[in-house]
Amino acid sequence: MSIAVKNIDKRFGEFVALDNVSLDFPGGELVALLGPSGCGKTTLLRIIAGLESADSGSVLLEGEDASDTHVRERQVGFVFQHYALFRHMTVFDNVAFGLRVKPRSERPSDSVIRRKVHDLLDLVQLDWLADRFPSQLSGGQRQRIALARALAVEPRVLLLDEPFGALDAQVRKELRRWLRRLHDELHITSIFVTHDQEEALEVADRVVLMNKGHVEQIGTPDEVYDSPATPFVYGFLGSVNLFHGRVDGEHVNLAGHAHRHDEPLSNGAEVIAFARPHELDIVLEAPNVEGIAATVVRILNFGGTSRIELEGDTNSGAPAHVEVEVSRVRVRELSLAEGSRVRLVPSQLKVFEQST
Amino acid sequence: MSATRKVRVLPGFNLTLGYTLGYLSLIVLIPLAAIFLKTTTMTLERFWEVVTAPRVLASYRLSFGAALLAAAINTVFGFLLAWSLVRYRFPGKRLVDALVDLPFALPTAVAGIALSAVYSPKGWLGQLLLPLGIKVAYTPLGVLVALIFIGLPFVVRTVQPILEDLETELEEAAASLGAERWITFRTVIFPLVLPALLTGFALAFARAVGEYGSVIFIAGNIPMVSEITPLMIITQLEQYDYAGATAIAVVMLVASFALLFLVNALQAWSTRRIGQNAGGRA
Amino acid sequence: MAGAGALHVHSAAKHYEDNPATSEAPWLKWTIVGISLLFFALFLLLPLTVVFSEGLKKGWEAYFAALIDDDALSAIQLTLIAAGIAVPLNLVFGVAAAWTIAKYDFRGKQLLTTLIDLPFSVSPVVSGLIYVLMFGAQGWFGPWLQAHDIKIIFAIPGIVLATIFVTFPFVARELIPLMQAQGREEEEAAIVLGANGWQTFWHVTLPNIKWGLIYGVVLCNARAMGEFGAVSVVSGHIRGYTNTMPLHIEILYNEYKMSAAFAVASLLAMLALITLVIKTWVEWNMTRQLSHGAVQDTPEVLSRLNAAVTPRAGVN
Repeated sequence: MSIAVKNIDKRFGEFVALDNVSLDFPGGELVALLGPSGCGKTTLLRIIAGLESADSGSVLLEGEDASDTHVRERQVGFVFQHYALFRHMTVFDNVAFGLRVKPRSERPSDSVIRRKVHDLLDLVQLDWLADRFPSQLSGGQRQRIALARALAVEPRVLLLDEPFGALDAQVRKELRRWLRRLHDELHITSIFVTHDQEEALEVADRVVLMNKGHVEQIGTPDEVYDSPATPFVYGFLGSVNLFHGRVDGEHVNLAGHAHRHDEPLSNGAEVIAFARPHELDIVLEAPNVEGIAATVVRILNFGGTSRIELEGDTNSGAPAHVEVEVSRVRVRELSLAEGSRVRLVPSQLKVFEQST
Repeated sequence: MSATRKVRVLPGFNLTLGYTLGYLSLIVLIPLAAIFLKTTTMTLERFWEVVTAPRVLASYRLSFGAALLAAAINTVFGFLLAWSLVRYRFPGKRLVDALVDLPFALPTAVAGIALSAVYSPKGWLGQLLLPLGIKVAYTPLGVLVALIFIGLPFVVRTVQPILEDLETELEEAAASLGAERWITFRTVIFPLVLPALLTGFALAFARAVGEYGSVIFIAGNIPMVSEITPLMIITQLEQYDYAGATAIAVVMLVASFALLFLVNALQAWSTRRIGQNAGGRA
Repeated sequence: MAGAGALHVHSAAKHYEDNPATSEAPWLKWTIVGISLLFFALFLLLPLTVVFSEGLKKGWEAYFAALIDDDALSAIQLTLIAAGIAVPLNLVFGVAAAWTIAKYDFRGKQLLTTLIDLPFSVSPVVSGLIYVLMFGAQGWFGPWLQAHDIKIIFAIPGIVLATIFVTFPFVARELIPLMQAQGREEEEAAIVLGANGWQTFWHVTLPNIKWGLIYGVVLCNARAMGEFGAVSVVSGHIRGYTNTMPLHIEILYNEYKMSAAFAVASLLAMLALITLVIKTWVEWNMTRQLSHGAVQDTPEVLSRLNAAVTPRAGVN
């Protein structure tokens, strides 16, 4: 089922949580709402669920305006960061809750409920825990039960609010792979909120990047990683080096390095330029060698690649801290060591005009 | 040599424990023991005769009955008050919140004369109730009113923190699963608040059973009708029947200790039920 | 007693009413609030108001006359003496007991905590009676006391003793949960840095518990000055000699000197109101102190603190 939000505004006092946000979530996809804390992603999710109401704008479920539909009639499944399991009920009763609270006319019979709950517990691979209380489960098990409980009412969409946020790193990794597989099986339209870029890129069909109440970019994981639309997205996804410079005709001048560009930049404009660690090459300092001046501070080896931390020559306008990734072979070729003076040559740069 | 010997890093253990135990024994334990020892000077028949005298039996009925009823009333209205204080915005809320502890800070004698002034036939409320045929002051109903006054904070202050700490996510989860508000209350909120409610009830009841000062002015103290048990102790004392007073006191003490035990058991249960942070943040 | 009288640091306000999943229809809300407030007004507000209105019924002149009456003054004096002895003694005890229970592990700790609360479970009348049985003419020490011409019952020492008994747990029970919530790391750090026991207590523990201590003392004082049942049993009601303020109020009331009785009562009612103001102030301070601390720590400290001050058993 498709979800759309149109022109959503939400303020908390002076704080603008969402500023005219419009989004379309096609049916059957698993979409990540990604952004730093306070960017409005959880607020948006809660507005879609009906747990929060927008100051203006509307929420469309399958093309129908659901803005005035109460959360209990929206048929959304909601999974909370801290599980929100009912601690006085067994796992079975938790999962059965949504079926048992239906009006008498719609309520399935006890045997149907029992079968359905066990099917769901099978699905989350925890059938053997049916008689336990939530306090007797691990965090990962609790979250899977919470998911089973949300699925029991056959929701039209599944909304997950930082579903793995309270879990250990190891469990988190396992669970997100599991969520992906589960989604491939069920194909229920799902939105999950996260501040972990790795999680979003790994699990989602599509990523919505949010910042300060705005949507910065929407795209597949590859799209947003490879061609970030804004400086924010560039900085938020993966590690990145930031340079300041100025446009000079067909070149951008960055701390003594002239980089050719073919983008529509206005002459003389202040720009910022991004390069990922693997997009910088290192050459040894020599007369007439162009590049950004820097000094090697530390060399860290990971398998076949080396991560090199450098100190830029701040006098020439280079950033104080630069990170470069090159092969270990290359390090050996150049016989790089701590203290080596080098030049950095970007193979690729993403240049943004600085809005002042 | 012993491997299990504990190292106490902070100094002063012997001093503070010794002082605590000494002072406790001197002020509380030895005098309380005196009361049980005193009863050994009586024969069992005499003891039984005193504690089952018709007037004393009537006082149990009133003391325990009114205390039970008052605690029940406080449980209902105390819950509503705690709910209002936690959940709703309304004018004067902070003042009400602060004044809930009044019965705890106000001397019982002051509460006693104030309540009789309000509910006496000439009082602010008494004169309104009299035409309806309701007499409050100087009847068992007056005892009930005083015990409601004295017990209210126990329910409110036991339930309030539990309500405050209840995660809103539980109600959000219930709503997202389609539960009507009343069903959410009945199946999610109430079971989690119930242990606190029962504890509050037991505390209010226990406090009311032994209450003296606030009751004595409004009760009228009519033999067989509106005499409370603590008053029976005083009556025995006034007749210099120390053994008789002691016998009734022992009955009261045993009842109090049984209630104390009940409250502790309730709290242990409540900790097991609520304390486990199953659904919530650790 | 329990929940009542215990300090409670409020959790950060949640916005129940703005959340469709946690709010009720306005008619239901206002019905609940209405019933609650009506109950509150009938049983708490009205009796409080009547104390002042009855006290001032015959004007300010009669009001002050009732207060500076000789018997009233000597009752006030005795009340101050009793509280002046009972409160410091229970303060020292409360600090020692809280230190023992919160800072050390030993067998029987739970039992000790229960025993400290015991006076709350005893009817005030019984509290008075136990001292009559100890020190009265027919009590254990009665003959010996008489032989040495020492009067405890129907005299001031008996009143002081009864007052100590009924207010015995107050300071301890405010401090124990507070000290338990604070743990012992800071004290251990002080000892490691070379401080001795007293220095640790004065410079590390005391600043941490000062709000609870203040409230414990204030509450203990209010109860000491207001105790009626226990004191009534041991006093003998000797006018101008063994009458405390609550007993004086009873005598005036029984003699139908209503305005005078309520005038004296209004002093104690003021004391109660001041106690509640201090409680509110202390809770406000504690909340502020916590929220000024490291922000991310607040919920944990809060829950530890509130878990620790959940009511313990007891009666009065």
